[in-house]
Amino acid sequence: MSKKVAYCAILIALAMIFSYVEAVIPVNFGIPGIKLGVANIVVVVGLYIIKAREVFVISVIRIILVGILFGNVMSILYSLAGGILSLIVMLLMKKMKGFSIVGVSIAGGVSHNVGQLAVAIAVVENLKLIAYIPVLLIAGAITGFIIGILSSKIVPVMKKEVEKVV
Amino acid sequence: MKKKDIILGITIIIIGLILMFVMKLYNNSQGDEVIIKVDGKIYGKYSLDKNQEIEIDTEYGHNTVCIENRKAYMKEADCPDGYCKHQGHISKGNQTIVCLPHKLVVEIKVNDKSSGDNAKLGNNNVSKDNDSEDELIPDAIVK
Ligand SMILES: [Zn+2]
Repeated sequence: MSKKVAYCAILIALAMIFSYVEAVIPVNFGIPGIKLGVANIVVVVGLYIIKAREVFVISVIRIILVGILFGNVMSILYSLAGGILSLIVMLLMKKMKGFSIVGVSIAGGVSHNVGQLAVAIAVVENLKLIAYIPVLLIAGAITGFIIGILSSKIVPVMKKEVEKVV
Repeated sequence: MKKKDIILGITIIIIGLILMFVMKLYNNSQGDEVIIKVDGKIYGKYSLDKNQEIEIDTEYGHNTVCIENRKAYMKEADCPDGYCKHQGHISKGNQTIVCLPHKLVVEIKVNDKSSGDNAKLGNNNVSKDNDSEDELIPDAIVK
């Protein structure tokens, strides 16, 4: 139990730091409100050390906390759409054979962006926003790749450290 | 990292690049009219031929769209993120400016040059939205 608490605490703390960085240095794709999803790293790492249910709770808590601290209702909506879609896709990818944490993370990055764009299209009721999909696909794949590589380094370290302390 | 990870990443990037290329080519001719939509509904249509500033006040907030040298851009906005001000100058049929917090989209419409009806339609809107009707080619045609 305490091990689980330690993991969750570290993950939420990490998530808050990354979200802060993301809020302070927004990457502009030309699509307002759409974030790079660097904080997704926590979800990727989480999927490999705690249960899916706990990852879900952590990411919802993170999104709401970050929304209250650095955003607004709309940004919470975008992040929830992106976050939940990418979590579902990553869970499915993790079950599929042949993909490592990097592949899972790539799929997560791409679906994170697609989810956000879907909300944006619904909000302004304008399908012309589809034009942003190419940039979002490419950006999602690249961020997903980087996050995947980072996560593959973080997971073993975190497991070892928590094992040591708890 | 596994082979399939790389294949996945590269496939997505290639699809993105192909889509980007296709969308660049699609509807990329110089536009004639600026259409401003709020909540998916048309707020107003304005000719690209006339330099003008359009003030948009809705329940969501205030925006100022500026048309200058056949290009439209977001000059002012009181939205929290201000991204719309950084989306540059648009003039082609496939370009848009989006202000998500204000649910506002600036689109460019390309009139079908071969159809007289369309030219007339564009002109009607122009004269409705602007008090002065100077040096507009469609105007001259109709008169
Ligand atoms: Zn704006």
